[in-house]
Amino acid sequence: MPLLQIRGLTHYFGGLRAVSNFNLDLEPGELIGIIGPNGAGKTTVFNLITGVYRPTEGEILFNGHHLVGKRSDQIVSMGIARTFQTIRLFRDLSVLDNVRIARFARTRYGVPVALFRLPKYLREEAKSREQALELLDLLGLADQANWVASSLPYGLQRRLEIARALATEPRLLLLDEPAAGMNPGEIAELMELIQWIRRQFDLTIILIEHQMRVVMGICERIKVLDFGETIAEGTPAEIQNNPRVIEAYLGEEVVV
Amino acid sequence: MTQLLTPIRNALSRALAPLHAAYASLPAPVRRWTMPALLVFFFVIALLSPSFLNLYWQQILIYVGINIILTASLNLVNGYMGEFSVGHAGFMAVGAYVASIMTVWVFPRWGLREYVPYLFPLALLIGGLAAGLTSLIIAVPSFRTRGDYLAIVTLAWNMIVKSVLENVDAIGGPRGFMGMQKLTSVAWVYVWVVITIFILRNLVYSNFGRGTLSIREDEIAASLVSVDTRKVKITVFVVASFFAGIAGGLFAHIIQFINPRSFSILKSTETLVMVYLGGIGSLGGSILGATIYTVLLELLRPLQVWRWVIGPLLLVFLMIFRPRGIMGMREWRFLIPPEERPEVIDALKERIRKKRGPAVAPAASVGASE
Repeated sequence: MPLLQIRGLTHYFGGLRAVSNFNLDLEPGELIGIIGPNGAGKTTVFNLITGVYRPTEGEILFNGHHLVGKRSDQIVSMGIARTFQTIRLFRDLSVLDNVRIARFARTRYGVPVALFRLPKYLREEAKSREQALELLDLLGLADQANWVASSLPYGLQRRLEIARALATEPRLLLLDEPAAGMNPGEIAELMELIQWIRRQFDLTIILIEHQMRVVMGICERIKVLDFGETIAEGTPAEIQNNPRVIEAYLGEEVVV
Repeated sequence: MTQLLTPIRNALSRALAPLHAAYASLPAPVRRWTMPALLVFFFVIALLSPSFLNLYWQQILIYVGINIILTASLNLVNGYMGEFSVGHAGFMAVGAYVASIMTVWVFPRWGLREYVPYLFPLALLIGGLAAGLTSLIIAVPSFRTRGDYLAIVTLAWNMIVKSVLENVDAIGGPRGFMGMQKLTSVAWVYVWVVITIFILRNLVYSNFGRGTLSIREDEIAASLVSVDTRKVKITVFVVASFFAGIAGGLFAHIIQFINPRSFSILKSTETLVMVYLGGIGSLGGSILGATIYTVLLELLRPLQVWRWVIGPLLLVFLMIFRPRGIMGMREWRFLIPPEERPEVIDALKERIRKKRGPAVAPAASVGASE
């Protein structure tokens, strides 16, 4: 059974059709890429999956459960995590707290237990603290645990955003242009990191990316969007030679 | 103002350094019990205070305590959560009237007249619960939307409470409500301040506290990392209002006469000043802000009506020159739970590093690039 099924997903902003009849079947363990020129509706697809917007039409099934109409936090605690095109860390909070906040739904104690510092609170907090530190340690961020997130160098901020997404214990990870603003060296590290977390955490991944090197290098399957429409789908080799894709990116060939 | 405060803070920490060193050299069990011992010690002092402090000074201490409770609880909403509530006095009013009705009418009518001083904490609790319950009425609709909505709703709420109180003749209407015994003492206020700070600290360093901070930082990102933002907002607002209600009950039983004007927008503004003076997102800051402001207003008593200009003016200058206040986003060490202190986190990190397996993510070269 596919992990994620999207059927006829369509979304309008006023009169503008941002996403049109988007379909997707994603098998567990796949790593697929979504590419397309600016404004093609890629991020909107992520926002529709994670409940930031409610789609005008269409349905989204995750693991057999309908997602449309659910709140973002409910969707995330079902096992979908994401990162953002522009980094959206909790800038003034510590690196450790950034990760621990993402364990909100996995930390199970009620308000009264917290207010009176009952044993369950101490137990659950100890667990949460330890798991967050373990994750930071795995990703090489443990030494910065007490730093304020905004003081991290850019590459590490990207890494922390991925760590924060992983802390929600996802099965499906949505990465929105993780290589944006990175230099070639950092991009190579990022590609290694993505493949590593995929194995380590047994993840299914959808990747939005402009850097063709990243998409062509690690994705098994690619979907191309243009003006909200899916114009092509296939393996990296197929996509590279598809005339419609070339047209969307470079413009139509004009004979003078 | 920043430059003005930094040397003061530095001097303070230099002066306290030997004390810190002495404390750190104590054996662990002694350190474990230092805080409880100090709390008991100050409680005994508070209990004995009527014998060595005149009524005037007792009253100032009581006002400082009440203001600490008000400030710390409002800081939860305005500082930690980053919403803007301007109606804290409205919840204080609910607590004040309900607690007073309990001690003046309800308990005596149940034949418990002689026991009223012992039932005082219960009256306060009922006042606090009433304030918390009414805050639900505000919280549920106004947290459906994002943004500055809460400021408008709480402003309206404060005005509604005041005019309802003015128009219900049974509780005195504009003439006010009286007949309370003078039950609020330095010792009681001290106990409630300790309870308030303890509970708020537990909340702030819990899952919900971190959720609260994440709402202030980036609400959408918060909900996209599984924070149930509505639940957190409502919880925080109700807890804050509960303590405003407690403060109201304490206030009613020290001045023994309350009227709707005591709980106008001016009172809410005063609380705001104390929050932003002491520092947003800091319990230590709330203690400091409430203390400084209350004492300052006392010292300015010769200025008569003009001293009420000081508060709003202070707020304006604070917002311009030091928007985060004296202790903004920092905390006194003793208010941080032991397990959350940086060196404890570092020790835990080392332990985890030792036991971890070979599976480690490809390293990042730490180079800044934009």
